[in-house]
This record gives sequence, C-alpha cells and structure tokens, in this order.
Amino acid sequence: MINYAGCWALFIKEIRRFYSVVVQTVFAPVVATLLYLLVFGQVLNTQVEVYSGANYSQFLIPGLVMMAILQNAFANTSSSLIQSKMHGNLTFVLLSPISPLELYIAFVGASIVRGIAVGFAILVVGIIWFDLSWQSPLWIMLFAVLSAAMMGGLGMLAGIISDKYDHLAAFQNFVIMPLTFLSGVFYSIHALPGVWQEISQFNPFFYMVDGFRYGFFGQSDVSVYLSLSVTLFFLMIVSAINLILLHKGVKIRE
Amino acid sequence: MLQTPAVEFQQVKKQYGELEALKGISFSVEEGSFFGLLGPNGAGKSTLISSMSGLLVPSSGHIKIKGFDVIDDYRQTRRLLGLVPQELISDPFFSIRELLQLQSGYFGLRGAKQSAWIGELLERLALSDKSDADTSQLSGGMKRRVLIAMALVHKPQVLVLDEPTAGVDVELRRTLWEFTKELHQQGHTIILTTHYLEEAEALCEKVAIMQDGEVKALDSTHALLSKHSYRYLRVTLSQPAQQLIPPLEQRLVEREHNRLVFKLEKTASMTELLAWLHENQLQVTDVSSRDASLEEVFLDLTSGERV
Repeated sequence: MINYAGCWALFIKEIRRFYSVVVQTVFAPVVATLLYLLVFGQVLNTQVEVYSGANYSQFLIPGLVMMAILQNAFANTSSSLIQSKMHGNLTFVLLSPISPLELYIAFVGASIVRGIAVGFAILVVGIIWFDLSWQSPLWIMLFAVLSAAMMGGLGMLAGIISDKYDHLAAFQNFVIMPLTFLSGVFYSIHALPGVWQEISQFNPFFYMVDGFRYGFFGQSDVSVYLSLSVTLFFLMIVSAINLILLHKGVKIRE
Repeated sequence: MLQTPAVEFQQVKKQYGELEALKGISFSVEEGSFFGLLGPNGAGKSTLISSMSGLLVPSSGHIKIKGFDVIDDYRQTRRLLGLVPQELISDPFFSIRELLQLQSGYFGLRGAKQSAWIGELLERLALSDKSDADTSQLSGGMKRRVLIAMALVHKPQVLVLDEPTAGVDVELRRTLWEFTKELHQQGHTIILTTHYLEEAEALCEKVAIMQDGEVKALDSTHALLSKHSYRYLRVTLSQPAQQLIPPLEQRLVEREHNRLVFKLEKTASMTELLAWLHENQLQVTDVSSRDASLEEVFLDLTSGERV
C-alpha cells in the first residue's frame, strides 16, 4: 500500500526547506539570469534575429527560463540530499515507512516546484518588459515539468553518488554547467558550424531548450516530438537508475 | 502458543569487502524485555542495530520485528521500531517541533491527537522551552533528547537506543533512564547498547555480549553474573604489602595502599587463600567477598577468557 501521506509530508518538507532560504534558492538565480538577459539582450537585440518576427531578447528569454529551470531543479535535489547526508538527518527519512519510489517522487516533485518558481519569475519579467508572447502553453508546461523532473532526478543521482560537497561541485561545474550553456540557450544550433551542430544533438539539454522554445514561437531547430521523446527517454533512464540505487541503498543505506 | 519475539535475528551477516562485520548473528529478543547489547568498539553492535532498523542492508540472513521481515515488510517494521542513533543529528532548516511534525507526517500521523503527543514528548523530555529553536542552537544533551523524541513520535513498540547516554551529564543520564524505565513498564521492548556497564547491569534483564561480529555470550543478566567462574576477595592488611608470593601475585587484580583485591576461581577454597596470606606473613585486618560485576564478566569475555 502506498504511503501517500508520508510522500506528501516529505514533498512539503522539501519545499519548506528551499522556501526557508528563498533569497538564496529563488531570488538570487532570478537576478543572475536577468543579468544575462540585460547584458546579452541589450548588446545583441538589434543585431541578431534567430526566428523571424522575434528579436534576440525574445528568443533568449525562453532559453534562459529553461536554463534556470534545469539548474535550479538540479540544485534542489542535489543540495538537499548532500546536506541531509552531511547533517545526518537523512536518517529520519530512512527510518520511516517511505518507499524508494515515494522518496524519489517527493524530492523530484519539490525540485520541479523550485525550478518552475525560478523560471516563472524570469518569464514574468520577459512578458512584461520584452513583450514576449507564446504559441502553445501546453508545450511550455510539458517541457518545463518534464525537464525539471529530469534534472531533479539527475540532481538526486549526483546527491546519492557524492560523498562531499566537493564531488557535487565538480558534477555541477564540469557536467551541468557546460551542458546547459551549450544547449542552445543563447543561439540556434543552425548558427553553429557543421560539426558543432552534430555534437549539439548529443546534448539532451538541447532538446529541452528547443522543445520549450517551440511553445513560444511555434518553430524550433528539430521536431518538437523528437525533443519530447529525448526528454522522456532521459527522464526514464535517470529515474530508473535512481530507483535501483535507492532500492539497493547504494551510498544511502551503507 | 509461543509468543512472537519482538526481534529475531537469523544468521545475519554483513560484509564490507574483506571485513566481516557480522558473522552470522542469530538470537531473539522477547517482547516486553529490556535487552542489553554490549561489546567493545567495533564489535558490530551498531551494524546490527542499523541492519535491524533498515539503515543498513545485511549481506545475508533475516531480521524480523514482531514476525515481519525488515526488508520485505519494511513498512510494518519501521512503524514497530524506533531508533535513537548514536550519532548526533542536526537539521538547520527546521525547529524541533517542526521536525517532530515532519517525522509524524512520514508515518502518516497528524491531527490534534498527534500534536498532543508531540507536546507530551517535548514536555516529558524537558524540551518545551526549546521547541521553536533549531538543533544547531542546542547542547549535545538536548540534541540527544530530540533524537529520543524523534524515535518515539510514532509510538513504536520496540525502542532501540544506541549509546544514548554517551557524552550526557549525570543528571540528564538519570532522567533518560527514568524515562526509559517508564516506557519499559508501559510494555515497550527496549534494546540498549551502552558503554556504562553498571547501567546495563541495573536495567537489562537479558544481555548479549558481542565481539568481532559474533555473540560471545547471551543470557539473563543474573545468569551471566552467576555463571562467571570467579569471585573477588578484598583483603585489608594492617600495613601495605612489600612483596607477594607467586600464587597471590598471579591472582592480584587491584592494589590500593593496604587493600588488595584477588580474583579467585569459585571452586577455590578460601582457606587456601588465607594460607597463602599467612605464608606471605601478611597481617589481615578484614576480608570481604563479592561476585563479579557485569563489567568484569564483559572484560573477561572480550579478552578471550571464558565465563
């Protein structure tokens, strides 16, 4: 029988955890992302037109929103888990009748909330100041939730594997950061030389950004269905690995 | 009909690479008992307790809590068991009351009745005035009390205390034991590990002594003490002894001014000792005899001697 109440309690706890330091977990990434928008948007707004009918700032905003969603969803699960391991309070959860799946859903659910909270704040600025419009809210929501879930899962994986903050920082700086920056947030991959276009297509984050952008402009670098399939595929892979590790208790019940 | 044991270990093994931390542990703890798990550091006590509570996955064997397997029926066993871990735990994001509410939530417990129980726990463990503080603002002793409250929040039938009085002052230690005794009287099964053997002797009805991942002795505290094959004789002399003859020197375990303590086989005759003292030309003013304490039994067992 599923422990819905336990899963809900853990989900709420994870939300309250990041909300208790909301300046650090929400406001700071919003401001940092808006600085990108200010700098790149101002410099390139009149010089670059990626999609017809949209200026560069309008093109950039969905990419920045998705980048913020990806990075913050990852940060939420990974930091929560490593802190719980370091402080020892993960023990309280491990002693409770919460299953690996319930634990995973609660952690990833909270990471989706944080990722979307940060992304939404940036989006509101984009809509008000840069007259950004959208074509399909359904695609926007779908990619926002699935991508945040995938990154929440990846953060969980990093949190499980890492024994100290240093390991997590390495994962964040050498894997997550380059992949998000090279995912087409700031450009269309069609603007890249041939070989880099090929390489970009092996970056799963590219599909998340591209599919998300499709919801705003109705046009994208690759088919939105391909982007959806890749996002779902990675979400399933990451979830499966997490559930196996949690079930076996790897680095958690050792 | 036989009563289901509160806890049952069946051939439990835990391997860390080459190291065998638990070497096929098998014993059971009766329901409603106050059970002591003793052993030197590294004996495997915490590994066994962690395996019982689900914090560790044993390499092989089974552990059952009231007949439920800790792996297959973990939801039931975790509801039945409360663990006070040895390591102090902190959570800088939540107050103590919030931590207790969250922990209740994991067990699906909420509402006025649960809030009242949390209030009672805070009151009973003298944490009421700190209930809005977070754990980083607490002393070690208070953190220990928070851990006890956390372990009791779901009213478990079996309470496991892993070194609960380590680093705790005398006053708090006494309060904790009073509280634990009260829980035992209410019908809880208590499993305790402690380095304070006089506590185990005073509180535990049954004791298992572990060493190197094995159970070296398992019996009622009384039986363990009475089975011990030595007794201790304290001899007071009129003046300090300069040199002892070999049979006395071999049996001497303690020397303090003119008081000497000898460890004698229970089968040995008292007249024999008196004869040796006489032969040593020692003027005896007093002789008293006592049985071994649990600490002496423990030391004998863990240094390779048999009870």
